[in-house]
Formats: sequence, structure tokens, C-alpha cells
Amino acid sequence: MTFTRRETLAIGGATLAVATLPGKLMASTSDLIAGVTGGAAASADGIELTAPEIAENGNTVPVAVSAPGAVAITMLAGGNPTPGVAKFTFGPGSAEQSASTRIRLAGTQDVIAIAEMADGSFAAVHKTVKVTIGGCGG
Amino acid sequence: MAKGVKPRVKVPKSASAGEAITIKTLISHKMESGRRKDGDGNTIPRSIINRFTCAFNGTSILDVTLEPAISTNPYFQFEAVVPEAGEFHFTWYDDDGSVYETKKAVKVA
Repeated sequence: MTFTRRETLAIGGATLAVATLPGKLMASTSDLIAGVTGGAAASADGIELTAPEIAENGNTVPVAVSAPGAVAITMLAGGNPTPGVAKFTFGPGSAEQSASTRIRLAGTQDVIAIAEMADGSFAAVHKTVKVTIGGCGG
Repeated sequence: MAKGVKPRVKVPKSASAGEAITIKTLISHKMESGRRKDGDGNTIPRSIINRFTCAFNGTSILDVTLEPAISTNPYFQFEAVVPEAGEFHFTWYDDDGSVYETKKAVKVA
């Protein structure tokens, strides 16, 4: 089996594109987390994010987030036209630092939750949600 | 004021002192994201609720900043402590400046 020059170039290009794709997605997730924490390292413990693995309709995706001892929880969706989703700030009257809501997702992407703890440290978690029909009405 | 906005809140009528209760809130609102286009290709301007707060007898429980990525008819569920008999005060702030409020009293059994 011999490849012409054109074929070799095409295969090489495709391999390169596949190899760089996951790295790019990961980078954007960690960039978004760093944007909220101000570059401080975020631990993976102390925060829990509940989201469906597959969401049929991106217009209403139920998500729940819980982080005991958190002052605030920021939710982001990196694949949306604007990554911000919501910021929950818990007051002294809250029993448990948890909340659930319904969000819009433009397509399959990582949903990120970042908790700011009372001592100023951060905890972050992300979960991939597959979206069948996007929810941005484009 | 956006049309047909109706807040709905579910709070237990009574609780024991210091008990943690679950509160569910829903408000009917279109939450126009500002990204959709109408039939002529014009962008429909953004019109969302941008903030929601809940307080009990003046003590803050939850303060949420909403972005356009929150679904139509924003729904929230969260936990609150009831230290004494009193009133929950829920407030939603619309992009157009309107404020929607509702109150729920809780008895301590």
C-alpha cells in the first residue's frame, strides 16, 4: 500500500486535529475555573454536581449542586455562547449549601460548578452532559 | 413589566424550631436570552430575571445571580433553617426594572 503525497498530508492533518481536540476542551474548562478562582488551585473534594448524562432537550436541563460549608457556588457551561449560568450566594439562614435549578445548554459540553468556601479556598467539579437538541434557538 | 409573570412558592405551613426545610420556587417568565431571532432575522432583545433572593425575617438565605443560560420559568430548590415563627420573603428582579415579590408565613409547632 503506497500513499500519494496528497493522501499522506490528509491523514496527517486529520490525526493532528483529533489529537488536539480533547486537549483544547480540557484547557477551556480549567481556564474557566481559573477565571473564577483567580488562578488559585481548586480541590476536587467538597462539592457535588448532579446533572444528567444525556439531556434530550437542551432548553431545560435539571442540575443540582451541593457544597457543605460553601459561601457561594458559581455554575458555568463552557460550550454556551456565554459561559455564565448562575451564582448562588448562601446567607446565614441557609440550612445546607445546596440548590437545584434548570439550565439551558447549547450542545454537548462540560457543566462546571465552583464553590467558594468560608476559608477562601475553592472546590471545583465538572460533568459532561450530552445534549441531543441544543437550547439556544439559533 | 413582562406579561404573565406569576411567582409560585412551596413552603411547609409549619416546622419545628431549628428545622431545615426545603423550599421550591418557580416563576413564570420567558427568560428571553437575547440570542434568538424572530421570523425576519432580527434578534429578539434579552429580557430575563437577573436576580433572585430569599430571606427569612430579614436574614438572607439565598441570593442568586441569573444569566441567560437559566431556563424559561426559572425554578429553584434549596434548604433553609426555621429558627422561629416568621415570614419568608422572595424577590425576583427583572431586566426591565420590575420587581416581583411574594411572602410565605411559617408557624413553629
